Amino acid sequence: MNDFSLWDILRNLLMALRWTVALSVIAFVGGGVVGALLLFLRLRAGKALDRAIGTYVQLFQGTPLLMQLFLAYFGIALLGVEVSAWTAATVALTLYTSAYLTEIWRGCVASIPKGQWEASGSLALGFGEQMRHVILPQALKIATAPTVGFLVQVVKGTALASVIGFVELTKAGSMISNATFQPFVVFSCVALMYFALCFPISLYARHLERKIHVHRR
Amino acid sequence: MEFDFGAVLVDWRLLAKGIGWTVGLTAIATLIGMVVGVACAWARSSGPAWLRWGVGTYVELIRNTPFIVQLFFIFFGLPAAGVKLTPETAAVIAMVANLGAYATEIIRAGIEATPRGQIEAAVSLALNKVQVFTRVVLPPALKKVWPAMVSQIIIVMLGSAVCSQISVEDLSYAANLIQSRNFRAFEAFIIATVLYLALSVGLRRLLNWAGPRWFFGR
Repeated sequence: MNDFSLWDILRNLLMALRWTVALSVIAFVGGGVVGALLLFLRLRAGKALDRAIGTYVQLFQGTPLLMQLFLAYFGIALLGVEVSAWTAATVALTLYTSAYLTEIWRGCVASIPKGQWEASGSLALGFGEQMRHVILPQALKIATAPTVGFLVQVVKGTALASVIGFVELTKAGSMISNATFQPFVVFSCVALMYFALCFPISLYARHLERKIHVHRR
Repeated sequence: MEFDFGAVLVDWRLLAKGIGWTVGLTAIATLIGMVVGVACAWARSSGPAWLRWGVGTYVELIRNTPFIVQLFFIFFGLPAAGVKLTPETAAVIAMVANLGAYATEIIRAGIEATPRGQIEAAVSLALNKVQVFTRVVLPPALKKVWPAMVSQIIIVMLGSAVCSQISVEDLSYAANLIQSRNFRAFEAFIIATVLYLALSVGLRRLLNWAGPRWFFGR
């Protein structure tokens, strides 16, 4: 049997870390776009659509991400499309992220006083103009901290893609641990890499949050 | 494309057993995790400096790593260091550690919102430190943060689906087992997902009802 040095383990894990980062970025950006669309639909359209999107959010928040991944994996296959772990993981994580982000942002928009809508409406601004000049500039300020904070959840969520066979950091950790018989070392390294990725984001989110509160005081 | 949910529901005994494990693990993890959370929240808000630092490290380590990695570390990693665990024990430890860390932060937020005057009033009534904490500070703190706590407990319950990966026979394990027998993968996971949804709705109701009665008075 080959001897694996700590450097061999680290090097291979770092290679896999790329895919964790890539999947996180895709899910976050994709989820952000879908989430924003849903938010606009929710603000614009009638009661029925609002309720439908509310149900969508609750479905994703009330079921395990692992099941969502499995359903994406086997569900897309049912449509007769060849699914790779990449596709399934991207689809599931994007939808999952969109549900959370749209709900976070809806809360931010809802916290803008009603008078702002009425005042801008009485100045004959259309919905688009209201959003662009009045509502969004204020809502974005409140939304940054929780949005950045949710990015940590997305990064951690990508670890579940390992279960459907997507080789990212966690899957690579399992494989390397099986090859080296050093699970303690390998999973410690995996955990520390996730920590190195997530902790700065957490700190930044907390920093943003503090800034808002100072601003308000 | 046709669906056959009957082929999955025939194995309702497996599903029921899976629900039993999921609910059982969540119940144990909730009870112990809350105790850990309260203890750590106390340590973080009024413990000595070294303890505060230790608890802070624990909380940040857990909150910034995925649950599945924590689970694998405990189940696969610890035996190499001489600690052998059954899958179920490993799952409980991971869930307690996870919930404990989040509960610490949630409860601490509630504790810090306690007005100083209340503590001073309690001290002036000759209550000792422990009494002040358990009778004056903790109950209103728990009450204030209970909604956040309930959400976190549900997140841990949903997260526990991953425990099937170390062969804990919970609900997701049951779905996996059923689909490996009859190849009705999509149906099996749809049913498991619906059951998880029902569990999370039920758990939220139960905790909203139980919180005021059992944990912090009305």
